[in-house]
Amino acid sequence: MIAFLFRRFDKTATGFILALALIAVLVPVFNLVVSETSAFHIPNYLVALWGKYLSYALLAVALDLVWGYCGILSLGHGAFFALGGYAMGMYLMRQIGARGVYANPILPDFMVFLNWKELPYTWYFFDHFAYAALMVVLVPSLLALVFGWFAFRSRVTGVYLSIITQSLTYALLLAFFRNDMGFGGNNGLTDFKDIVGASIQSPSTRAALFALTAVFLALGFLVARALVTSRFGQVLAAIRDAESRTRFLGYRVEHYKLLVFVVSAAMAGIAGALYVPQVGIINPSEFAPANSIEAVIWVAVGGRGTLVGAAIGAVLVNFAKTWLTGTSPEFWLYGLGALFILVTLFLPKGIVGALAARFGQRGEGDAA
Amino acid sequence: MMRAILLILGLLSCSLLSPLPVRADDSAALLSRLATDNYGDIESGITALASSGLAGSEIILNALADGRLSYRPSDKALFIKDASGAWMEAATNATPASVPMGLKPVKVNNRVRRALEAALGSMTLMSPDPLKRIAAADAVFKSRDANTLAALDAVISKEADATVKRHFEDARAAVLMLKSDAPEADRVAAANTLGARGDQDSLALLSSVTEANAPANVVASASLAAKGIERRLALLSTAQNAWYGLSLGSVLLLAAIGLAITFGVMGIINMAHGEMVMLGAYTTFVVQEFIRAKAPSLFDWSLPIAIPLAFCVSGLVGLLIERLIIRHLYGRPLETLLATWGVSLVLQQAVRSIFGANNREVGAPSYMTGVWDLGGFQITYGRLWIIVFSLAVFLALLVVMKGTSLGLRMRAVIQNRRMAAAMGIRTPVIDALTFALGSGVAGIAGVALSQIDNVSPNLGQSYIIDSFLVVVFGGVGNLWGTLLGALSLGLANKFLEPLAGAVLGKIVLLAIIILFIQRRPRGLFALKGRAVES
Repeated sequence: MIAFLFRRFDKTATGFILALALIAVLVPVFNLVVSETSAFHIPNYLVALWGKYLSYALLAVALDLVWGYCGILSLGHGAFFALGGYAMGMYLMRQIGARGVYANPILPDFMVFLNWKELPYTWYFFDHFAYAALMVVLVPSLLALVFGWFAFRSRVTGVYLSIITQSLTYALLLAFFRNDMGFGGNNGLTDFKDIVGASIQSPSTRAALFALTAVFLALGFLVARALVTSRFGQVLAAIRDAESRTRFLGYRVEHYKLLVFVVSAAMAGIAGALYVPQVGIINPSEFAPANSIEAVIWVAVGGRGTLVGAAIGAVLVNFAKTWLTGTSPEFWLYGLGALFILVTLFLPKGIVGALAARFGQRGEGDAA
Repeated sequence: MMRAILLILGLLSCSLLSPLPVRADDSAALLSRLATDNYGDIESGITALASSGLAGSEIILNALADGRLSYRPSDKALFIKDASGAWMEAATNATPASVPMGLKPVKVNNRVRRALEAALGSMTLMSPDPLKRIAAADAVFKSRDANTLAALDAVISKEADATVKRHFEDARAAVLMLKSDAPEADRVAAANTLGARGDQDSLALLSSVTEANAPANVVASASLAAKGIERRLALLSTAQNAWYGLSLGSVLLLAAIGLAITFGVMGIINMAHGEMVMLGAYTTFVVQEFIRAKAPSLFDWSLPIAIPLAFCVSGLVGLLIERLIIRHLYGRPLETLLATWGVSLVLQQAVRSIFGANNREVGAPSYMTGVWDLGGFQITYGRLWIIVFSLAVFLALLVVMKGTSLGLRMRAVIQNRRMAAAMGIRTPVIDALTFALGSGVAGIAGVALSQIDNVSPNLGQSYIIDSFLVVVFGGVGNLWGTLLGALSLGLANKFLEPLAGAVLGKIVLLAIIILFIQRRPRGLFALKGRAVES
């Protein structure tokens, strides 16, 4: 298994894994061990912020897996991300217990507020972490399985597929806005207290979550890389470049697509589950189609079909977003819009792809 | 002839309305019954005063209703305070020589107030103004006060105006329907009258008749009449839903038709299409501001002026986008999608910077306001014009596509781009013109949408997903498909709404479309071709 994950390692991949391992150790150390007066101290808010970037990076890797390697431009990956986040949020809500405003040991505050008497069956067992963790993976995967099975079987491709993935997340957005759904309506889930027994606010929990996000990003990257460098990955690239030809060669194109779509959705769900405890809230706006499209631009900026690039793109774009919305908020949308236009026009392979071309390496997308 | 009829009518109404002569000492006794603090006496006094026909009794009762009536306990004389605060003697309408001293207000409680309302109601039943008589009848219909029955019977027999008479009879039926001591035959007749009236109020009234308060055959006829009304109302609401659906469909048609053209010809999704619509709406806003400032009399012309301008503004922006961005991305539809999304963000932010983030007020010209009532079926002129307008735009585009040389070339490119190029059609020019045309049509849609939606930088966003669905549902490169797609989505939306609620209806619709695309991946009207990848 381990050997499978580390097959065909090259310099970029090794560097990326080492860098992740380094920050997974160093950021918590500089946050917890180094004294607050020191110039090297990393404040708590930065740990949470960078943890958020890393969970976005995992989403970007998941998206790159389907878009960069299989040509499926999903404009609805935010839906899988948000579903994973909601599963984690439900666990965190159940952990609040009697400490809520209405001090109801079973029902979360918003249900007491809506005058509900019993826990809806969708919320059963979410007080167990193992069950919640299972749902984080299972719910997005199942949705991807059902949706993908219908879509790929009837050969919905290209922009049509993009549009219906967008409709999917839009429909979920509307659904989660409804109070009757039992997921907190437009306020979503928030005001979390504990995660597996540790206070969610404490710096050590934050640091642990950060390190965990880095580890999961590394794992996600390894799984995605193992997939795309295998024989399976070569078929994926063939589907991306000439779907019909691959089909005529005897490959069951829809099975390949479905598998990679489900894996990618599960990764996006895990990213969402890591995102929620660090941000402290999950609400239906995470389903907004604009969010999913923004995730696509992270991949495009970093370089589609490179995996490393997707992660780097997610961190870079979100860093720029934090910085720009802080200094000149109205400029951010100009900047983001310009990014979409300029990257597609002048940097079709993204930063990593352009660098690789410049320094004579073959992009990993081409390697397959 | 006319004059003779008027004369007869005048005489009739004189004989009907002239109060019975009341002797002076009677009137003083009548008025003094109100000069007390016993509510029971005041109540009976009001009823007596109302049926006396005494001149000025309406003024007194109105003063009582407004709390402007007082009395002097020493001689039981009534005084009315007018709006300026001056006192007037109620019996003579004269201003008293000196300001009256020691006055006490005539007090009102709920029972007195009811009696007062009934009394005023029955008095206005005799008003010379037919509109006032109708209003009085409707008030009785709502209050169902049994005390007014005698007054109603009296006026019904003398009423000459058929409309007013019908209102009187409805009111009388409403009173009789729930009057348990009324003759059975009268109550059955009342049920039929109410059934013929056929509105929501009558239905509520009829369904409140039960075994507990009426004999069996009255209940039977009431429930029969109620069923008739329910059928009628259901029919009406279906028609109304169909109308709303048609209206929504026409809006979707306007928003989607430009998209359908560019998608059909160029095979690309223009995510900035919604922003073209928004630019059209803002053009309307600017035109209206200009007209308001320079020539307010031309305000009704603001929309006809805005339409060509919006077409030009959005068309030019579309042309720029095509020349600067899209033409570099041909053959890469997914990248085009991302780049145009970037354009849409920039355009939104630009409009937000220029016009502010708040909604802008776009006024409706006089012919766009008002309602046309067809027996309970309401048609607003604004919606009517938008339906007409969108059909006109559709027909105009149909003519362009089928009747002009540009349309011929466009259709050639839709069918087979490479073959068209081989036949000497300059496809880049066609692409640029198509994109400009599609964007211009979106601008026109913006003019119409500015009349029914908030003009804000987010206007386009709210239509873009629906427009995509229309195009995908209807199939590309086929205007009829777009028409059918838009109308069926609009109708389905409005018919699902009452069944499942607005939000759930929309979700169900999205799910249906997602499933539909599985069945027909190329839409309702797919172009037939033999290519493996189309």
